[in-house]
Amino acid sequence: MRPSTAAFLFFAIVSSLFALTFIDAMLRQPAAVASMAQRARVVSDYGLTDLALFTEARYTRHPSQADLHSAFQDHPVAFEHFPSGSMIPPPAGLRR
Amino acid sequence: MIDFFRRQRYLVDFTLSSLLRRKGKHLGMLLVYSLVVFVLASVMLFSHALQREAGVILQSSPEIIVQRVVAGRHGLIPGNYLEPVGRLRGVSATQARLWGYFYDAALKANYTVMVPPDRQLGHDEVVIGNGIARIRGVDIGDYMTLRAHDGGGISFRVTEIVWPESELVSADLFLISEHAFRSVFGIPEGQFTDLVLSVRNPREVGKIAEKISIKLPDARPILRDEVLRTYGSVFSWRQGIVFVLLSGAVLAFVIFAWDKAAGLSAEEKREIGILKAVGWETGDVLRMKFWEGAIISLAAFLLGYVAAYAHVFYGSAGLFEPVLKGWAVLYPDFRPSPFVDPLQVISLFVFTVLPYTIATIIPIWRAAITDPDAVMR
Repeated sequence: MRPSTAAFLFFAIVSSLFALTFIDAMLRQPAAVASMAQRARVVSDYGLTDLALFTEARYTRHPSQADLHSAFQDHPVAFEHFPSGSMIPPPAGLRR
Repeated sequence: MIDFFRRQRYLVDFTLSSLLRRKGKHLGMLLVYSLVVFVLASVMLFSHALQREAGVILQSSPEIIVQRVVAGRHGLIPGNYLEPVGRLRGVSATQARLWGYFYDAALKANYTVMVPPDRQLGHDEVVIGNGIARIRGVDIGDYMTLRAHDGGGISFRVTEIVWPESELVSADLFLISEHAFRSVFGIPEGQFTDLVLSVRNPREVGKIAEKISIKLPDARPILRDEVLRTYGSVFSWRQGIVFVLLSGAVLAFVIFAWDKAAGLSAEEKREIGILKAVGWETGDVLRMKFWEGAIISLAAFLLGYVAAYAHVFYGSAGLFEPVLKGWAVLYPDFRPSPFVDPLQVISLFVFTVLPYTIATIIPIWRAAITDPDAVMR
C-alpha cells in the first residue's frame, strides 16, 4: 500500500471520529436537556443555589452564599488552605 | 486538476517516507503533541459543559435571598424581617429558610442540612442525597444519627434518596423537618438562616434589592443573577488557572516544536540541497514541508480532541476528579452533559494546528531559496 493511501485511511477514520463527536453531542442533547430540566426541578423544589462540586468548606460548597470575604478570608487575594479555594475567584462584588 | 492531485499525492508519499525514516522521533513528537491537545481540549470541554449546566439549572434557584450580616459575617435572621420585606411592592412571595452544615466526624465529610420548603417530613425522617447514601452505604429504611448541639444523638430514618442523576446539586443534602433541624443545631424558634423572595416582574429585582438594603440596613440581598455570575466566573477562573498551570508545559512543547520545525538540521539541509540538485523546484520543497507539518499537527489535533471528548463525556472527566475533589470526601458522581461550543473547537484548531504548520514552512523557504551547492556544503 502506498504511504499516502495509508495516511488517507488514517485521516478518514480519525476525521469520522471527530465528526462523530459532534453527531454524538447532538444526539445526546435532547436527553441531556430533559435530565437538566429534572435537575432544575430539584433546584427549584429545595431552593438550592449552588453546585455540590466542592463540599470541603462552607464557602466552597456555597460560593454564591459565602460571607463577603470568605473564599479569601484573610484578605481578598490570600492563598487558601483548601486546594479548591485557590481555584475560586474572589466574590463578584469585590471585583467590581 | 487530476495532475495537481497526483502531484500532491506523490509529495505526500515522499513526505511520509521521509517521516518514517525517523519513526521513533516523529511518533514521539505526535504523542506529545496529541497529549497537549488532549489536556487543553479536556479542560475546555469540561469547563464549558459545567458552565452551561450551571447556567441552566441555577436559573431555577431563588430570585432573591436575604441574609443578615452580623459583625461582618452571615448571622441568623429573625422571622419578623419577613413582614417589612413582604410588603415591598413587586414581591409576590416570601419564605424563611433553615439550612446549615453538619460535619460528620466518622466520615470526615460535610453535609448540607436543610429544611425542605413546601414539604412536611416527620421528626425522625430524612431525605438524603445520593452522595451521602453511596459513601455511608445507607439505603431507604436505614437509620442515620447526627450529634446534636447539646451532645446527644438524634436518629433519622432514611425515607427517600434524592434522584441520583441530580448529584451535581444534591450529593450532600440531608433534608429534615424544621423541628429536627432546631433540635440538632439548637436554633431558637423565630430565627432562620435566610429569607427567600419571589418577584413578580424580573426587571424589578434590582430595585427591590435596593429597597431591602434601605429598609433593613443589616441585610444583604443576593440576586439570582449574582449566583449565575458567580458560576460564570468560577468556571472561567478555573479554566484560566488550569491554562496558567499548563502554560509551562505548553511553552516547553512550543519551544520543542519550534526547534523541531524551525531549526533545520544539517541532514535536512543536505536533503533539500539534493532535492534541488535533482530538479525539485522551491515550490515543491515548500509543499513537501507543508504536508509534513500539516500531517503531524492535524493528526495530533484530531487524536487529542477525540480522546478529550471521550474522557470528558464518557469517562466523567476522571483525570480531573482529584483536582476538583480537593480535600472533600463527598464528591458528586456525575457525567457532564455533552455541550460543545464549535467556536472553542475552532479556536483550539487555530492555536494548535496553524502555528506548527507555519513554523515548518518558513525555515524551509529560507533553505530552499539558496543555492543547492551552498546548502550541501
